[in-house]
Amino acid sequence: MSNAVSTAPRATARIKESKQTEQRKAALAWLTLPALFFFLVFAVIPLVGVLILSFTSWDGIGAIGAAGMDNWFSVLADPGLYNALGLTFLIMIVSWLVQTPISLLLGVFTAGSQRYRAALAVLYFLPLLLSSAAVAIAFKALLDPNFGLATGLGLPFLAQDWLGVPQLALGLVIFVIAWQFVPFHTLIYQGGVRQIPKSLYEAAQIDGAGTIKQFFHITLPQLKYTIITSSTLMVVGSLTYFDLIFVLTGGGPGNSTRILALDMYLRGFRANLMGPASVIAVILVVIGLVLALFLQRLGGKDKQGSQLEGL
Amino acid sequence: MSTVLKSTAQEARTASAGGPPAANRGLGPRLRRLNIPGGLGGWIWLAIIILPVYYVVITSLKTQAGYFGQNPLALPTSPTLENYQMVIEADFATYFMNSAIVTLGSVIPTVLVSFMASFAIVRGSGRFLKLVNGMFLMGLAIPLQATIIPIYLMIIRLNLYDSLLALMLPSIAFAIPLTVLILSNFIRDVPNELFESMRLDGCSEWQTMWRLALPLTRPAIVTVAIYNGLHVWNGFLLPLVLTQSPGLRVLPLGLWTFQGEFSVNIPAVLASVVLSTLPILVLYVIGRRQLLAGLTAGFSK
Repeated sequence: MSNAVSTAPRATARIKESKQTEQRKAALAWLTLPALFFFLVFAVIPLVGVLILSFTSWDGIGAIGAAGMDNWFSVLADPGLYNALGLTFLIMIVSWLVQTPISLLLGVFTAGSQRYRAALAVLYFLPLLLSSAAVAIAFKALLDPNFGLATGLGLPFLAQDWLGVPQLALGLVIFVIAWQFVPFHTLIYQGGVRQIPKSLYEAAQIDGAGTIKQFFHITLPQLKYTIITSSTLMVVGSLTYFDLIFVLTGGGPGNSTRILALDMYLRGFRANLMGPASVIAVILVVIGLVLALFLQRLGGKDKQGSQLEGL
Repeated sequence: MSTVLKSTAQEARTASAGGPPAANRGLGPRLRRLNIPGGLGGWIWLAIIILPVYYVVITSLKTQAGYFGQNPLALPTSPTLENYQMVIEADFATYFMNSAIVTLGSVIPTVLVSFMASFAIVRGSGRFLKLVNGMFLMGLAIPLQATIIPIYLMIIRLNLYDSLLALMLPSIAFAIPLTVLILSNFIRDVPNELFESMRLDGCSEWQTMWRLALPLTRPAIVTVAIYNGLHVWNGFLLPLVLTQSPGLRVLPLGLWTFQGEFSVNIPAVLASVVLSTLPILVLYVIGRRQLLAGLTAGFSK
């Protein structure tokens, strides 16, 4: 009893102090207001806006009128949507399949300690400095059947009508996307590999595990979260390869490279059908959210803790 | 525990075998055997990266006759800067200025407001801050380009259509989520004792932010500034949709219209590609160490 009495004032003091800290910490909230302002006005409001616009008809200039479900019905009945959806997922999946192994291996490679590897990493980064417009223009010139790479290297099979045949155009788009974005993901993997504790490899070496075994039993599992980060950025990013494809193929030949983002732009700003274009935009947002949530789920919640389990 | 024991044993064995000491930095010993296939792959990828860049640069130095007459990969026999002169005369200086204004006008506010928000998110607590953080994280998952139509509408209603400010405002909003994520990762790394000692010295949180957190996260700030700068500098969709006058074109847009007008003159078109990249290349050469180190750390956390 006397014990409780003597500790009581101290306890209240502590509560008071922690309350002060609590207030002090909560008072920091106002520091987020400027960022919040920009984000709310130019990201959240437009996000709500695009949903609202999907129920209106607007030509981009005149008055906006209500359209009910018309846009949704017309877009969902349009085979063009399913073409665009299919292409978007095709490019997303093939790009992921192409880029992930290349970036992962290059990441492991450039994480090595040799000097020349760091020098290579610096050069690998070059494509990231170029705008998508510049990359697209450069590849268009490069693939000229007469005055481009085919003649330069003396490889006639490169002299194709790359932008005129649907399959070739699609393949070209996927290649150029990889050319432009593998460097970025290489960098992410390089960082991930460098964070793997060296002791793991030393232990494996003593146990007699070879390089390949080490790669599959240490490097890959340890890179789990890096793979998820990179894949999330890659997959969500692939929804927005708009500018590259716009300049490179314009969606053609025919509609063979008209992905969702491009479909949205062409419907909205070329055909002046902002309502249906907004429907496409809503679909894009939903796909992005679902994919990101799914990928994060794959990673599990306890991110920091489990990665270094057993150390 | 067992790992530690094993690694000590390994060191002892290497030492007794009289071998050279293992490289201290990085993952040397492990990767030494991967060298041959790894190295081969590394050099092949380098060729894939460099070949197009090489082609663009040498072609931009060729005359039209050289372009049609020579092997496409041969160095120009009579290099010329005519193409560059032509590009500069096609108003590229204006495009360059516009790009510079938009980039600086977006990056500086982005980094400033994101830094303040990150500091609050890391140092503060409470439901409001959690909500804000969650919202920014959500922003990472949303392809923000999908909001271009309402942004177009808002910009028209705000009477900002066809102005450089129209490009800056959405660019700032788009860049905030990732910038906050990276900066808060770095601020979290600042040892708590430093914050405590600032507090005991009687500094307010506001002072702590500028005097302690800012200098300690400077490398991260440089990284996100360059990264965002790259994005804005190379951005295409916003200028395409939100501007119209030739005098307000930014470089990527100027590039695109230039190649439309001069599509027969490939060397000139490629000169415009080189010229639009040159400023970024110079920045990269200066800040590459910082950028690469910052990005590898920022994304792999």
